[in-house]
Amino acid sequence: MRNEYIPFISEITEVIKHTDIEYTFRMTYEGDVRPGQFFEVSLPKYGEAPISVSGIGDGTVDLTIRKVGHVTGEIFENYVGDKLFLRGPYGNGFDVDDYKGKEILVVAGGTGLSPVRGVVDYFATHQSEAKSLTLIAGFKSPNDILFFEDIARWKQHAQVILTVDCAEGDTDCHIGLVTQFIPDIKIENMDEAVAVVVGPPIMMRFSVMGLLDLGLKEENIWISQERKMCCGIGKCGHCKIGESYVCIDGPVYRYPEGKLLID
Amino acid sequence: MGYTLSKEQFETLVNRLSEQYQVFAPVKFVGGNTFTDVDVIRYDQVKNPEEIVLDQKSDYSFKEVLLPLSETLFYYTEEQTKEADIPRGEAVVFLRSCEMHAVKVLDDIYLNNKFEDYYYKRLRDKIKFIVIACPESFDSCFCVDMGTNKPEGQDMIIEQQGDQFLVVNENPQWEAYFEGYAKVDQAPSYAKENKVKVHIPENLNPNIAKSSIWEEYDTRCIACGRCNFVCPTCTCFTMQDILYSDNGKAGERRRVQASCMVDGFTDVAGGGSYRKKFGERMRFKMMHKVYDFRKRFGYNMCVGCGRCDDVCPEYISFSANINKLEEGMKEVGEEHA
Ligand code: SF4
Ligand code: SF4
Ligand code: FES
Repeated sequence: MRNEYIPFISEITEVIKHTDIEYTFRMTYEGDVRPGQFFEVSLPKYGEAPISVSGIGDGTVDLTIRKVGHVTGEIFENYVGDKLFLRGPYGNGFDVDDYKGKEILVVAGGTGLSPVRGVVDYFATHQSEAKSLTLIAGFKSPNDILFFEDIARWKQHAQVILTVDCAEGDTDCHIGLVTQFIPDIKIENMDEAVAVVVGPPIMMRFSVMGLLDLGLKEENIWISQERKMCCGIGKCGHCKIGESYVCIDGPVYRYPEGKLLID
Repeated sequence: MGYTLSKEQFETLVNRLSEQYQVFAPVKFVGGNTFTDVDVIRYDQVKNPEEIVLDQKSDYSFKEVLLPLSETLFYYTEEQTKEADIPRGEAVVFLRSCEMHAVKVLDDIYLNNKFEDYYYKRLRDKIKFIVIACPESFDSCFCVDMGTNKPEGQDMIIEQQGDQFLVVNENPQWEAYFEGYAKVDQAPSYAKENKVKVHIPENLNPNIAKSSIWEEYDTRCIACGRCNFVCPTCTCFTMQDILYSDNGKAGERRRVQASCMVDGFTDVAGGGSYRKKFGERMRFKMMHKVYDFRKRFGYNMCVGCGRCDDVCPEYISFSANINKLEEGMKEVGEEHA
């Protein structure tokens, strides 16, 4: 039987620096993987950190790492070694089939854009597979914007609303919270339109409320839960909420199930 | 069908088992409690059959034989990993009926919760269980109400009856140990009544989080986690990396037992954490034990061993807490919103 705990070595093929504290590491990986799944990235002696897949390439996966913790801090300082230990992918991830042929609305806050980046990218490149695609992405300041080049590219094929608490006089960005822009979204078929919401808990809560007010159906809204994933395989208990283990049943939930999870 | 063994014959049996197996059983450590100098009964490998404590409940459960307090998973250098060797060989563990039911809980989490756990499985495959029958319940047990008072799935049951032992063997491979012993037609006893009674309300649901019954624990509980560490069905762990020397590049990764009552359990990178209040942690633990696990696996996780009540330094009683759930549900109503 497989020993899930032993990581494999993955080469870093590219490092894309978004901000001072957020880099995307493009890592070699062969195998099935979905957007919204995660890998446990480890640096021996510092431990492991769950990092969601922010992009899928040919023989590679992108892992966008934010320098916030002990392990991620060390990965930043020490990645020069050109490889990292990985295990995964874990979690259910997003299934783009759920959204095909529909009006798609993606609401992302901060690093929440990482797990949905693959979904947005898929429909921005396969435009005929969705009726429409709207992305509302919010960041703290212009310096915090992730995937700047992707966003520029997506703008050609999707409606993109980029919001920041930005500097005055900057005309290309909206000021304010992502939730402010939800009521103005034009939806033709409320019964079918789908939405994906990922970000900090409060942002998710208000965004979902906004989407429901707009007229979307609960079962057409997906959220992704961030928890302290440690084992990734339903054993360590750290990610458990109610009867659900975020690492194996999630992190992506349809809202009617996700809303019942009480920490 | 059982056998009646004299004390000497029982000791011979344990010694013969020891030739083939590492025998683990509750053993008394004099002055061995970490926090005070009172005695503690916990599991250890038995060298002499007389060490086995048969007349008291162990303070810590058998679970350490399957889930060591700290278990090395692999060794690493910057370039390589090497799986840790299995820490023991074939083993026999003496435990009680409620704990035999706890084995099922551990199996469901470690073998049946989507992934099979490699390290658990290799220890689990090499273990046999001998149940120490409980003719009488101990003070804090509530196994009858939890449905765990009759053992299931063991290899053998033993019951001390004065100077003699009733031994019921359920493992055909062990029949040879009993050649020449007198058979008796007697079934082992089990606890039919407990002093402590619990009732889990049928309408229990996650709404109970809104109830005020949890508030008292915000101040009473000190979040020490002892209730988790003694519990035979608490199975959480945290990963830990150990470096062999400060400048060296080699080390090992371990998993160590963790507690949902202790600070830090839910911390996410960047400073977020869930369930800051101790009452919320109590509710989380309670709901896992008597609700969430049942939703997932079909039966309750808590086996009613009462160890959490015995160990709590603040005299918090889990069983009394169970009995408050009904009031709590009346307070909040069933409507899930
Ligand atoms: S309930 Fe008691 S044993 Fe458990 S954490 Fe609180 S004080 Fe410690
Ligand atoms: S919760 Fe308490 S009574 Fe229930 S199995 Fe755990 S230690 Fe025993
Ligand atoms: S991360 Fe360990 S159980 Fe989910």
